Amino acid sequence: MNMIELTINNNKISVPEGTTILNAAKTIGIEIPTLCYHEDQIIKANCRVCVVEVEGNKNLSTSCSTQVTQGMVVNTNSARALEARKVNIELILANHDADCLTCQRNLNCELQKNANQAGIRVNRFESVLEKKEIDNSSPSIVRNPNKCIKCGRCIEVCRDVQGLNIVDMIGRSDSMEVLPAFGKYLSDVNCISCGLCSLVCPVAAIYEKEDIQEVWDAINNPKKHVIVQTAPAVRVSIGEEFDMEPGTISTGKLVSALRQLGIDKVFDTDFTADLTIIEEGNELLQRLNNGGVLPMITSCSPGWINFIEQYYPELLPNVSSCKSPQQMFGAIAKTYYAEKIGVNPEDIYVISIMPCTAKKSEAKRPEMSIDGKNPDVDVVLTTRELGKMLKQAGVDFSSLKDDTYDNPFGITTGAAVIFGATGGVMEAALRTVYEVVTGKTLEQLDFKVVRGLQGIKEAEIDLNGTKVKVAVAHTIANARKILELIKTGKSDYLFIEVMCCPGGCIGGGGQPHSTTNAIRQKRIDATYEADRNMPIRKSHESPAIKSIYEEFLIKPLGEKSHKYLHTHYKNRKNK
Amino acid sequence: MNSNNNILIKTVITKNIGKINPNSIDDYINAGGYKALQKAVKMTGVQIVDQVKASNLKGRGGAGFPTGIKMEAVLNTDVTPKYLVCNADEGEPGNFKDKLLLENDPHQMLEGIIIAAVALNIQKGYIYIRGEYNKAIEIINLAIEQATKKGFVGKNICSTNFSLDLEVRSGAGAYICGEEFALIESIEGKSGRPRNKPPFPTVSGVNSKPTLINNVETFSVLPFIINEGGKVYAEIGTATSSGTKLISLSGNVKNPGVYEVPFGVTVGQVIEQLGGGVPNNLKIKMVQLGGASGPIIPPSMLDIKLDYKEMADLGISMGSGAIIVIDERFEMFDIIKKIMNFFRHESCGKCTPCREGNRQILKLISKIDNGTATIKDLKLLETLCSVMVSTSFCGLGQAAPTAVITTLKYFTEEYANKIKDYSLQSKSV
Repeated sequence: MNMIELTINNNKISVPEGTTILNAAKTIGIEIPTLCYHEDQIIKANCRVCVVEVEGNKNLSTSCSTQVTQGMVVNTNSARALEARKVNIELILANHDADCLTCQRNLNCELQKNANQAGIRVNRFESVLEKKEIDNSSPSIVRNPNKCIKCGRCIEVCRDVQGLNIVDMIGRSDSMEVLPAFGKYLSDVNCISCGLCSLVCPVAAIYEKEDIQEVWDAINNPKKHVIVQTAPAVRVSIGEEFDMEPGTISTGKLVSALRQLGIDKVFDTDFTADLTIIEEGNELLQRLNNGGVLPMITSCSPGWINFIEQYYPELLPNVSSCKSPQQMFGAIAKTYYAEKIGVNPEDIYVISIMPCTAKKSEAKRPEMSIDGKNPDVDVVLTTRELGKMLKQAGVDFSSLKDDTYDNPFGITTGAAVIFGATGGVMEAALRTVYEVVTGKTLEQLDFKVVRGLQGIKEAEIDLNGTKVKVAVAHTIANARKILELIKTGKSDYLFIEVMCCPGGCIGGGGQPHSTTNAIRQKRIDATYEADRNMPIRKSHESPAIKSIYEEFLIKPLGEKSHKYLHTHYKNRKNK
Repeated sequence: MNSNNNILIKTVITKNIGKINPNSIDDYINAGGYKALQKAVKMTGVQIVDQVKASNLKGRGGAGFPTGIKMEAVLNTDVTPKYLVCNADEGEPGNFKDKLLLENDPHQMLEGIIIAAVALNIQKGYIYIRGEYNKAIEIINLAIEQATKKGFVGKNICSTNFSLDLEVRSGAGAYICGEEFALIESIEGKSGRPRNKPPFPTVSGVNSKPTLINNVETFSVLPFIINEGGKVYAEIGTATSSGTKLISLSGNVKNPGVYEVPFGVTVGQVIEQLGGGVPNNLKIKMVQLGGASGPIIPPSMLDIKLDYKEMADLGISMGSGAIIVIDERFEMFDIIKKIMNFFRHESCGKCTPCREGNRQILKLISKIDNGTATIKDLKLLETLCSVMVSTSFCGLGQAAPTAVITTLKYFTEEYANKIKDYSLQSKSV
């Protein structure tokens, strides 16, 4: 590797060829402020905030896009650089609805941080903000054009990670906006509500529909029996909302924190993840044995369901009819659980804590209602919203003592925990399907080939002489590749796991804004560590699962399963 | 053309204009056309590039980058395919010299393009013509068709192994598409917005492949250089700027039009002797060089020579060669507002300083013009202009405030007169 010698702020340093000034400065502890820059994205250099002085250059250089050269002399804080940074931030602020104190991103906003860091005390420029309509049309996501700083991060994640192009830069100059095609509403352009745009937005131009007040209202309503379920992926990310080290497993603190809020019972979505494995595993075996539609594709990820319903409805018969674990939980809570504790289902209020914005739209689907009136899951909060809510309640998360989930939905398995990571559902299913079909005990529980951040992963498993080829895809761009293989008859897979977001749910659109691919990997590592720590690691060995079949469901794919745990999909193409 | 000015006029690339029928390739051939190409196909790429380097020809689109060096970069790359782009998106207000070449001597430009393609072994070329230039688009398409029939374009050019496919593309009216990377984005079917540099187009242009991109006028010079030799071309003009330049002269002059002059002629000579001066015995108030993005200079500076170096030493540039004369009847702030409105409309919106800066300049200029500005506003205007220059993503934003910057420098009093608290002490702003 060629090393480049240069000077930054009088420090002589040596960095590998190809390093940008921005990253070179980090090696000596200098964080140059940035705004459009995102470590997982292409260099856009739109905002012009990260400019620095390079000796001998007529103009300032954007540190994000300028690679170091031999003998380069950089001053990150020359008078000209400081003034230019300030001016460019002031220019952005002059066209920004800077209602910081009442903003969703208050104290968690990259623009606010920049303005503070630049020491802006007064904006020398007149405001040019013309307030435009806020797009509230999506069930999951709100787009506020009055906050948009035109960095282009949302455009890129939607185009390059998901392959969807829901938003783009429309128009030019000061009338340029980041909009869906023809300025339509998000609800009219086949957006799948994955929320990755809201995850990468540096400001509050795109954010999840906030439902925190509804949760407070329910908690403070004495008539309601309020229960909560926490998704597998939240336990490895919620700590980041409280500045804990990424990859920290904080399951026990999460349970404590939810109790602090005054929620009656704290349950784990892992329980219905185990239930999903039993139902989905049996569905797969039924399809294999009875000439059903194959390959079968998983159905846990609502962004993915939104995608296939709107883009590939002809392949809907391939999708497992199993509801997602969130919705299985809602249905079981308002039937089995209500019966068990003797409470009217209408008085049970189910909260979900999800790493996901699409879960909000899933919970609102009309078919996700046992009684046809009330939703099975009453409200969905993202990991980020839970973070905010805990802060509202004054909960000092990192100092909480560990607590354990309530029963009957507190006994879960390692197979359920790994639902949070890409490949996890597949691995959990293989652990069960193998033992059910072969009658043998799995020697090696870890299916490492289906783990990790590679876009599409394949594996083959021998089920009593039948070779079953499986695939795992995460992100919609990768899912599309698999669907095209199926459509053109080139797929020899029998079972496919699809997760909408990069890395699976641990990298979901509702996760903390700190999310990057490096942090996704840490959350994945934490997820498999949590799996290893579980006393039971196969869904079919869970005593809680055995009980629910004995007491209520009778058998997998039985009548009650069909009524409560399975669903159907709609062709939503040309709506 | 005004034929009375033999010293001032030097016809290198305008020699055929008005003499041949632009729709007739035979006319062009009879006037000696396509001889340079016949010569070029027998030369090596290095020999052709060496002639261009010897000519000291600089890009006529405005930036003035040495054409030979650019060609050499594309010649020396092993990456294929390579592309050629002719920038005929002449959108800078005040410029109409490429239009003259496109409409009156299309084959001269085509010959230059083909010579460059042969030299650099390029098989695909685009001629990106400003969308409003309907007539030029028609003429160039016809010229390509004729040249193809004669075997100068297409497969086996002049019975050699060289092949070149040429395609006309047109813009949809965006000024930014004259910027080389925005133009390349537009060719690729994307919105016209610039890309990060480096890599430059010679390394990664059309479809991220090495691309030679030059202006109409630059390509039009190549046949002369091949016919006469680079040295002959280098002898025209000055030591620091060789050859001739097409000047688009407009505004308050008796004879507006396009003039081909050797470098070294002064701005004043062009206005007075070629343009016939200002009508009705009015005085010149100011002259803008290059177009809307160029400097505005006072009458006292009209003896400045058209010369890349001499102008650069003064911190100004002739851009693509426009001279716009403004007489004493006009208000400076009205002119500046018009110019800044143009940039406000034409900015692509990609980067902060250009997207937001132009309208803030307009606000400040209006405030000054209506007499409500203070010295603080003036200082802010200066700061904003310098930040736009030093931090804008591309040439558009970097050059947009030039009229303001140069009037602040050369017409300080006009500003001072409008600002209440402007005093001698604050003269240093």
